[in-house]
Amino acid sequence: MNLSLLIAIPTLTLISILFVNGKMARVAALAGSFVQLGTALFMLFSYMNLNDVSHLAFEESHVWFAQWNINYHIGVDAISIAMIMLTSVVLVAGVLVSWNIEDKTKEFFFLLVMLATGAFGFFISVDLFVQFFFFELAVIPKFLLIAIWGSGRKEYSAMKLVLMLMGGSSLVLIGILGFYYYSAEAGTPSFDLQTLSQLSLSHEQQMWLFPLLFSGFAVLSAMFPFHTWAPDGHSSAPTAASMFLAGISMKLGGYGCLRVAVFLLPHAAREYSPYIIVLACIGILYGAFVTLKQTDIKLMNAYSSVSHCGFVILGIAMFTKTAMVGAVLQMISHGVMTALFFAVIGMIYQRTHTRMGDEMGGLLKVMPFLSTVFIVAGLTSLGLPGFSGFVAEMTVFVGSFQNEDMFHRFATIFATASIVVTAVYILRAVGISLWGPIKKKEYESLPDASWNEKLAAGILVLSIVIMGTMPLWLSDMISKTTETLFP
Amino acid sequence: MVNYSYISFVLIIPLVVFLITGLFGKKMPGLSGILGALGMLGAACLSYFVAYQYFLVDGRVDGIYPTVMAFKQTWLQFTPSLKIDIGIILDPIAVMMLVVVTTVSFMVHLYSIGYMHGEERYATYYSFLSLFSFSMLGLVVSSNIFQMYMFWELVGVSSFLLVGFYFTKPSAVAAAKKAFIVTRFADLGFLAGILILSFYSESLDFQTIIHNMMDYNGTIFLNANAASFMGVSALTWALCLIFIGGAGKSAMFPFHIWLPDAMEGPTPVSALIHAATMVVAGVFLVARLFPVYSQVPAALDVVMYVGAFSAFFAAIIACTQTDIKRVLAYSTMSQIGYMMFALGVSGYWGEEGLGFTASMFHLFTHAMFKALLFLGAGAVIHYVHSNEMGDMGGLWKKMPITHIVFFIACLAISGVPPLSGFFSKEEILTAAYQHNKIVYAVGLLTACLTAFYMFRLFLMIFWNKEYKAHGRTEHHGEAPMTMKLPLLILAIATIFAGIIPFSMYVSADGTAVESHIHLREASMAVAAGAIGIFSAFFLYLKKNERPEMISSAFGALYRTAYKKFYVDELYLFVTKNMIFNFIAVPAAWIDRNVVDGMMDLIAAVTENLSDSIKSIQSGKISSYVMWFFVGAILLSMMIVYAL
Repeated sequence: MNLSLLIAIPTLTLISILFVNGKMARVAALAGSFVQLGTALFMLFSYMNLNDVSHLAFEESHVWFAQWNINYHIGVDAISIAMIMLTSVVLVAGVLVSWNIEDKTKEFFFLLVMLATGAFGFFISVDLFVQFFFFELAVIPKFLLIAIWGSGRKEYSAMKLVLMLMGGSSLVLIGILGFYYYSAEAGTPSFDLQTLSQLSLSHEQQMWLFPLLFSGFAVLSAMFPFHTWAPDGHSSAPTAASMFLAGISMKLGGYGCLRVAVFLLPHAAREYSPYIIVLACIGILYGAFVTLKQTDIKLMNAYSSVSHCGFVILGIAMFTKTAMVGAVLQMISHGVMTALFFAVIGMIYQRTHTRMGDEMGGLLKVMPFLSTVFIVAGLTSLGLPGFSGFVAEMTVFVGSFQNEDMFHRFATIFATASIVVTAVYILRAVGISLWGPIKKKEYESLPDASWNEKLAAGILVLSIVIMGTMPLWLSDMISKTTETLFP
Repeated sequence: MVNYSYISFVLIIPLVVFLITGLFGKKMPGLSGILGALGMLGAACLSYFVAYQYFLVDGRVDGIYPTVMAFKQTWLQFTPSLKIDIGIILDPIAVMMLVVVTTVSFMVHLYSIGYMHGEERYATYYSFLSLFSFSMLGLVVSSNIFQMYMFWELVGVSSFLLVGFYFTKPSAVAAAKKAFIVTRFADLGFLAGILILSFYSESLDFQTIIHNMMDYNGTIFLNANAASFMGVSALTWALCLIFIGGAGKSAMFPFHIWLPDAMEGPTPVSALIHAATMVVAGVFLVARLFPVYSQVPAALDVVMYVGAFSAFFAAIIACTQTDIKRVLAYSTMSQIGYMMFALGVSGYWGEEGLGFTASMFHLFTHAMFKALLFLGAGAVIHYVHSNEMGDMGGLWKKMPITHIVFFIACLAISGVPPLSGFFSKEEILTAAYQHNKIVYAVGLLTACLTAFYMFRLFLMIFWNKEYKAHGRTEHHGEAPMTMKLPLLILAIATIFAGIIPFSMYVSADGTAVESHIHLREASMAVAAGAIGIFSAFFLYLKKNERPEMISSAFGALYRTAYKKFYVDELYLFVTKNMIFNFIAVPAAWIDRNVVDGMMDLIAAVTENLSDSIKSIQSGKISSYVMWFFVGAILLSMMIVYAL
């Protein structure tokens, strides 16, 4: 399996989007994303057939800048494979959802695929410099996507989002450079994750590097109190951009926290973990309570993402193998679920021209398909067994509870309390917007989902159900990797 | 030993029916009802066959019924010792529950063909009903506590979907949300309990948990007892928290508020979910873990007091309600209270386990007569198009069959011999008498109230006054055959279920216990029932002024009971005024103004700073020249004076 394909295919797609005209861009994007999904699936199966998964699979390394020892070094483990699967599924769905974009079609799909390219590159790279390059590649298109195709206070939101994420990435950059110089002191300078993990740093060095790397990535995964870009960004972004933002970008953050910050600096991570746990718990419950107050259903899902991503941070900071597996599962589960949620909210918005739940009502009668999908997304969000959210959350809970002291125990119970609040806001949204009498006469003649919307929703629902009903292979695969990463 | 693996079809059939009717139901609306009913008939036949094989063919091994693992597959592995298995366990209570659930479910499927006829979302209704049956059956055969929790959530969501079936009605929407959220809140306790119990017992598997916790000298049991929090051992915490989950699902005080409102769902659904099966899940949960509970008297006492109080509390409210389904809902809550306190007064070994047997027996008989009552009430509502007792009265002439079966069910629930309810209730009261006299007294008083409100209901529906058809009634016959047949079958079950020598089959430790009628307790129970029945006849046989006089004589007490002791208002106050207004609203404000305000502040400071600095780079040559000279002068002065 040649891993570079995962970057080559989206790049070729980008080029072909440039050269076709007008509406054909979407066909090129769709074809490219399906090929990418197929490649990702092939990679998944080849990975599952490997006998030895104790080191990175499908590794490749080429010198890029010899004088600084920067290498194009790529490789995957189960965590990155899970993330790549997530990204390719969300990419297909995102392209399908944006099928009828009228304004600047070509540019829109170009930026969308570029964002995904950045994400794919980020997940497969092992060299921190290369990884950072792709990381930035995934941030810039967001600005344009929101500022051009967005709604509401779009310039403000786009600026805020990009500035906050850039702020985070500048912290990450300082951290990476710190590592580079420490490795130079120790012998050869390096950006390579594998090499750096062998580096023995003093306590002080670890203690100042960790907060930079961790909080830099945590901004992206919307950890409290760095989450405020999320509600504004989501509420202004066009549907596909919201799906990418919450479904993929927030996972770049979680992946970075786990695979870079905690992996490279396990001792500092342990020292800081109580503070992180407190912030994660606040994020989970506070996010849930803020969601309770929202009547804009898109804003509701944006805030609920803050709450759900708190579980990722919590699972990482709990430092048991099970909780870390749970964190990864939660990343995938939340990625698919929130993409589905934003997709269906966008579809409903296109028809009703409002996002206020209390202005809708009775939509289940008018658009049974979309409403059912909305309910499925909601039930996944509140952790119904049979859907992916349950598997992920329960793994985090059980894993967290394996810590024997009272602090971790209380934090776990505290976090579990969010399942009630989640149920309240989800049911409230379903109750006011989908059930009840139809509020406006013109809603009675609204059409249900079209083929592309059905396909997009179908793919996402299928992923949720597969994860929710057959979780064993996935959690086994991931736990093998976490065992080698954190022995 | 027979191979029981075929039992998995009991689960597969409803699941397949759910998928078919859910995905393709719209294309074949008429068929989905028949498909659902046939599927459940198949599942019921399989369950009867299992019961026959398990109890009569295989029988006891070494004096106790063995626990058979018919199927087991690892579903999710958390740690080497903690994993979720999807399994099918067969032991006396699981087999009994299979019979109960499939029987009532089949009756309801059959009945619904007539009842839901002409409904626009007929196929959806059947798919939800199958989903519920699948989840409930999965729950009762769970071999793993997490598996049970999963199916527990699934029955909760199917209940939510079915209560909210008439989703355009705001009251149905509110009721569905309330049912789900209240039980979810209780499930939080269940989940926390599972976390604690699994941590200390080092397993999620029921058999292993029970094995580890029954081993008094084992380190696992000693650790669980030694670890304590706020002076209470970890094991007690775990069991009490798990009981909170059970209390939520079984509508025990103070989590009962969802059950009466859940009557907004279609009546057959109330019969299946909110009378016979899902609401007894809490009792079943305690029974499933009973060997562990029996080690912890404190936890068992909680079960007992909560059960006894709920039984009495609900009976008082039931005497004042006027909506027939709500009366039945409170009656359900009261009867489940009986089952709960029966478990609470029970011991584990041999004769001491009478309470356990009695509880399961009552669960069984109650499922039959309460389903009958609900389906009978459904027939009445179908005919009258109203739930209010005031719109009824004198229906015995119009609905002779419903009248008879309803009468039988009322006799059974009132504990009149030789109907089924008499046997189970008598056993419960005997067990209570042997253990705790206060609980016994409460039980006896509740038995009297039960007989009273049931006959109040019966008389106000079928007698009391001449029936006058009001505007909306269409004059069709009593009910179609598909509705009458289940009534008759359940009536037969109600009459004869008491003869089953239940204690021979179901007991706490699996041994056979000889049961006999205790004359003193039995006569007390019958007398209590008789008092209730006669006072109901006195007040409600003919329309008269006496009920009015009594309710005004009780004044404030009557009003408080009629308003359900204002528990709903209290909940509303706490959730809306305290949690929503004092947590959610301020949190949202803080997020926009403080947390986000900080970010905006940083941005604003940066912007102002750059504003004030940028004037330096004005682009005017003349000012650059001036600053150049100023700088040059300052620099030369520094050099001159410093040297």
